[in-house]
Amino acid sequence: MLRLPAEIRDAIVAHAKRDHPDEACGVVAGAEGSDIPSRFVPMVNAAGSPTFYEFDSTDLLRLYREMDDRDEEPVVVYHSHTATEAFPSRTDIGLANEPHAHYVLVSTREHGNSEGPVEFRSYRIVDGHVDEEDVEIQE
Amino acid sequence: MAIEVRIPTILRTYTDGAKSVDASGATLQALIDDLESNHSGIKDRLIEGGQLRRFVNVYVNDEDVRFTGGLETELSDGDQVVVLPAVAGG
Repeated sequence: MLRLPAEIRDAIVAHAKRDHPDEACGVVAGAEGSDIPSRFVPMVNAAGSPTFYEFDSTDLLRLYREMDDRDEEPVVVYHSHTATEAFPSRTDIGLANEPHAHYVLVSTREHGNSEGPVEFRSYRIVDGHVDEEDVEIQE
Repeated sequence: MAIEVRIPTILRTYTDGAKSVDASGATLQALIDDLESNHSGIKDRLIEGGQLRRFVNVYVNDEDVRFTGGLETELSDGDQVVVLPAVAGG
């Protein structure tokens, strides 16, 4: 189960809507081993694509150094799908390299940049296996 | 010659959980071969068909090796190598 503060959920959704029709991506860092997502870090999608996302390699190094200095890890890795459901694609599964992370997927296919609900789902992806999990939003 | 290599979480199964290990080599290729001799299996996670894997980033002193000669990047004592899998998907 992923427990996520409402303001971070809202920030992820806002980022996804803002970048639609391209995919948005980022992490929520938290203290190592705590499983508590606390620091929202939106990233630039270097691919700038509606079907692919990738952190820029320089940004990636900076992010991991920063988390290292703070004894953090990526508790959540999020990205959006802009034309399909909020379920990991084959590429997502093949490239999931953070075994401790909650992989959050947001789909903006219904309302795009406009107001309106989005699909917001979370998964564990380990060794090619996908397990969906509940999301509890903390108000 | 000791070069510190930072290992990402996903590859720590090859280093008994260590976040960083020491290795040696005059080039990145030699360093990875040396890593392999102590941490069998790790090379295949970094290299495919003689090239660095597309979705693995390697940095020498904060420079992405894709811009410094790839596997031929030269190393010196005291350099720091960081391995980070890409965060990417579709």
